[in-house]
Amino acid sequence: MNDTARGPVAGIAAALDIANLDTDQIMPKQFLRGIDKAGLDRGLLWDLRFDGDGRPRPDFVLNRPAWTGTRVLVAGPNFGCGSSREHAVWGLQQYGIEAVVAPGFGEIFYSNALNNGLLVAAVSPEDGLALLNEANADEPLHIEVDAVSMTVRTPTRSVPFTLSERHRRMVLDGLDLIGASLAYRDRIEAFAATHHATHPWVKDVARRTRQRLGRT
Amino acid sequence: MTARTLYRKLVDSHTVVELDPDNVLLFCDLHLMNEYTSPQAFAGLHDQGREVLMPGQNVAVVSHIIPTHPGAFRVIQDPASALQASNLKRNCDRHGIALFDTNDTLQGIEHIIAPEHGMIRPGMVVICGDSHTTTYGALGALGFGIGTSEVEHVLATQTLVYRLARDMRIRIDGRLPVGTTSKDLVLMVIGRIGAQGARGCVVEFCGSAIEALSVEARFTLCNMAVEAGARGALIAPDAAAIDYVLARAPDITGEQRTAALAHWATLFTDDGAPFDIEHRFDAADVVPYVTWGTSPDQAVPVTGRVPAANGEQRTSLLQAMRYTGLAEGTPLEGLPVQHVFIGSCTNARIEDLRAAAAVVKGRHVAPGLRAMVVPGSGAVKRQAESEGVAQVLIDAGFEWRQPGCSMCLAMNDDVLAPGQRCASTTNRNFEGRQGRGAITHLMSPAMAAAAAVTGHITDVRQLEPLA
Repeated sequence: MNDTARGPVAGIAAALDIANLDTDQIMPKQFLRGIDKAGLDRGLLWDLRFDGDGRPRPDFVLNRPAWTGTRVLVAGPNFGCGSSREHAVWGLQQYGIEAVVAPGFGEIFYSNALNNGLLVAAVSPEDGLALLNEANADEPLHIEVDAVSMTVRTPTRSVPFTLSERHRRMVLDGLDLIGASLAYRDRIEAFAATHHATHPWVKDVARRTRQRLGRT
Repeated sequence: MTARTLYRKLVDSHTVVELDPDNVLLFCDLHLMNEYTSPQAFAGLHDQGREVLMPGQNVAVVSHIIPTHPGAFRVIQDPASALQASNLKRNCDRHGIALFDTNDTLQGIEHIIAPEHGMIRPGMVVICGDSHTTTYGALGALGFGIGTSEVEHVLATQTLVYRLARDMRIRIDGRLPVGTTSKDLVLMVIGRIGAQGARGCVVEFCGSAIEALSVEARFTLCNMAVEAGARGALIAPDAAAIDYVLARAPDITGEQRTAALAHWATLFTDDGAPFDIEHRFDAADVVPYVTWGTSPDQAVPVTGRVPAANGEQRTSLLQAMRYTGLAEGTPLEGLPVQHVFIGSCTNARIEDLRAAAAVVKGRHVAPGLRAMVVPGSGAVKRQAESEGVAQVLIDAGFEWRQPGCSMCLAMNDDVLAPGQRCASTTNRNFEGRQGRGAITHLMSPAMAAAAAVTGHITDVRQLEPLA
């Protein structure tokens, strides 16, 4: 597949000028009770979008009419820190967010995002601040986040972002990661056989422990 | 051979394939699952018609959603949560995966159950769909949290596509002063390096202060390393760690024991091995720490005040002050709390409960304050009851609950009301973490106990001695 398989994410950007915006806030606990991925768009940024009575907060950017259809979040540093809940990524995507631009992301969130094809563009702190200022205006900002050229473009600036080549391919090609790893199944099983022959105390440790303890 | 860090040794010994210079296919010795980050992984596996490759290396625990009300039998009232629990059991039965179910007497928090039954062994790679999997570094095992897509990947392949981390070393020499714990130490470290200070790194803790910590205190330290953004935390296993494991792993005997001890003796950072980042702290600087804000790095000495909102952090500091209802310069000591929560994978082990009991013995929970102890597991609960620790806490007016995650993330029915201020032994003081609008102050079990008996944030070192 070539680099044009997926074009840039282009659309309206919303500014979320909050440092360390954690996944608890991106997807609160009350939305984690499902056994599937359905309905998570409703829970996205719940406490920021809605007041204590469940009414939309009119001053919150995503609730303002001009920001309907927002596709990109321009966020503060360490976006998505905290809990490992992948529901945060699913919720963003179900809401229509296709890219998040920030000066750094929480580690587990970052992997979760790429595993789902959510484009996470890590920019420098200076560029992040400039983009936040630009997005934090009365009129919505039109933005392009391009994984081919690895740039974030606005009407007034173009800034680079970083993404490893492997992650870039995941975004552009939509890899089936499990399928790709299963291609190594013989090597995994050979590794396990050797590993368990030399470290037998780690083989089936979960099953053996459970059997020793008995079901109570 | 080139000098390697402990982290590199663990990665090298679990690398099945080097995928590219930054990524390896990493073999996972133990995969822990819970009820809320695994369902979609099993569903994905089933949709693709895939099997669990090595069921014996996987274990599941119902821990986040279970009610903690006292009583013999636990019934999950919330229908969606009950479905999560029954769904987990169905998935485990289908694939032959070990499970600690809702009414198992050994039930509790995944990160407490796994080491207390000897499932965590030095040199292992241990993963879980939960960020606090870094806890296991205390035993020289590389533990880290993953998302649900990766849970599915591990189920299908027993491996992860793993992006290599950078090496950070944090050396802490000296002795922790009387009245302070590893919780205070880790809050100080996070306060100094920041919530992103270890992002992208696996942190190795070393130094005489670390060597002097009990294994349980090391769990607390490694548990919270993730709050500095660390992808893992490690402490080279010493005699204390090895004794802890051997006492809980009766299957390691004879020749296996000899081989295991020989292997574990290689688990240290070689002299001259390179670290990308190094920090040093002095244990003598540790005092009882509490958080005032909404990020774990917003921690100050209990004798301190809410800092001024200056510099680059100004916006987030102001935001935190708005949420916690505190102004610049407000002293932390004396701030009234309405609730005290002692529990969580950070501080719900027997040593933590003993520390709390030692503070409250002969005293009583302040009027109008609700104080709750949620032991980390059924085994911890029983031990506390047999030692008399539970009775001390009960006599002091604490609620003595069934084990579980409970009010750490408040995913069950233990939830604070808006505006309630809680002295909490947990790991996160995020907005809404313990309930919408509720305010969390992180601290050690002894400090939480002191808050319980005085009704406000209190320097445990200053509690009047009982006559």
